[in-house]
Amino acid sequence: MKNIALADTHISLGAKMVEFAGYLMPIQYEGIREEHHAVRNSVGVFDVSHMGEFILKGDDALDLVQRTCSNDAARLTDGRAQYSCMPNETGGIIDDLIVYRIDEKTYMLVVNASNIKKDWDWLQKHNTKNVEMHDISAKTTLLAVQGPAATGVLQKLTDIDLGSIKYYHFAKRAFAGCDNVLISNTGYTGSGGFELYFEKGDSQKIWDAVMAAGREAGIRPCGLGARDTLRLEMGFCLYGNDIDETTSPLEAGLGWITKFTKAFTNATALKAQKEQGVRRKLAGFIMVDKGIPRQGYPITDGAGAEIGRVTSGTQSPSLGIAIGMGYVPPEKAAPGSDIHISIRDKQLKASIVKTPFDKPPGE
Amino acid sequence: MNLPEDIKYTKDHEWIRMDGDLAVVGVTDYAQGELGDVVFVEVDKVGEDIGAGESFGSIEAVKTVSDLFMPVSGTVEELNSALEDNPEAVNKDPYGEGWIVKIRPRDASEVEGLLSVAEYKQLTGA
Repeated sequence: MKNIALADTHISLGAKMVEFAGYLMPIQYEGIREEHHAVRNSVGVFDVSHMGEFILKGDDALDLVQRTCSNDAARLTDGRAQYSCMPNETGGIIDDLIVYRIDEKTYMLVVNASNIKKDWDWLQKHNTKNVEMHDISAKTTLLAVQGPAATGVLQKLTDIDLGSIKYYHFAKRAFAGCDNVLISNTGYTGSGGFELYFEKGDSQKIWDAVMAAGREAGIRPCGLGARDTLRLEMGFCLYGNDIDETTSPLEAGLGWITKFTKAFTNATALKAQKEQGVRRKLAGFIMVDKGIPRQGYPITDGAGAEIGRVTSGTQSPSLGIAIGMGYVPPEKAAPGSDIHISIRDKQLKASIVKTPFDKPPGE
Repeated sequence: MNLPEDIKYTKDHEWIRMDGDLAVVGVTDYAQGELGDVVFVEVDKVGEDIGAGESFGSIEAVKTVSDLFMPVSGTVEELNSALEDNPEAVNKDPYGEGWIVKIRPRDASEVEGLLSVAEYKQLTGA
């Protein structure tokens, strides 16, 4: 088991710790519901130091990113980031990630904890032009400070005008008395806020400063449980649930980060898939009958014939209804389509909706 | 952890208390803490004769779903309908308002054979 720097701090705050991708991580403190509402209404802080960070450096760093990732990193300028994915050679996805352009010859890739080794090996294999690669995952702490009050709370701790850092932009600045903190206007909650990347040694100092600065706003430490309900309400994909080695970025609704303006792994086949049309689509749905969808439950046509599988599902704390995502045939993917979810041998009615999820009409 | 003395416990983390011919069943304080925020309780076998240890429904938290098991053989007579609008009662008051079902045990003496509070404490390490 690998340890994140602040594990003891989380335990002393009452966190329930669980093993995730080889790390002992806080899944919840007081409860998922309260943490979820803190982020939607005020501010919450997540320790997501299990995420992986790679630095690619050299004249051909951009070339390596371009050949392995689906989005067009040539469009980035210094201090900008983009969501992307690494396609495999068989139509699926190795990982989804964020690509940061530090400078013209330096990029940072932020990858999922469970895929660190796989991604690293894949990049190594494609690193034919001697790009310098550094895996800084083990010495980097990542805190996500999220919610409508996040900017005001964090502004107390840095000189840079956080309002000037737009969505998917970042800056490296002194923060809470620590040098070289990468302050990124990104997140996985849909409630706004920043993600802070910094040296592991500064973890306690920055954690304490953020908690103190957020006291008046009612800041709460939040675990991976609330992170999951928050991202699912937004319809954001989670690797291992909604996307994996068998799902194409086009099926997953990630066509917007799949840019055929440049060459990348499996681009030819994906372009053909785009032209011919996908055979299934990732869609959001709300339960009409009472029941909560979970990963792996069959999606059926109502007569019991399976037409897909649920990839994520939960009771939505914000909406008070059960929501989910799953792959369905394209003719069933339009909002308003009726589907059924098979829950413990019962066929329960559900309805396809657009994401982000919203309250059903009339409520 | 709140573990009342006057009720019986099961290894599946349920509690049972006789109430006339019927018995009230719920999940323990330990169980609700492990589950997290309860959002949905479902009983799919009201009126059916069910053996001890068999599933009669399920309890769902935000992140997890667990089966509910019969502490003793019998029939489920009544679901706590207040849980439909207020499932969090299972978290807030697991031995009171958060009770889950009333059952009619086939043989009330089976209840006596379940775990005492001391035995349940040993099981959970409380």
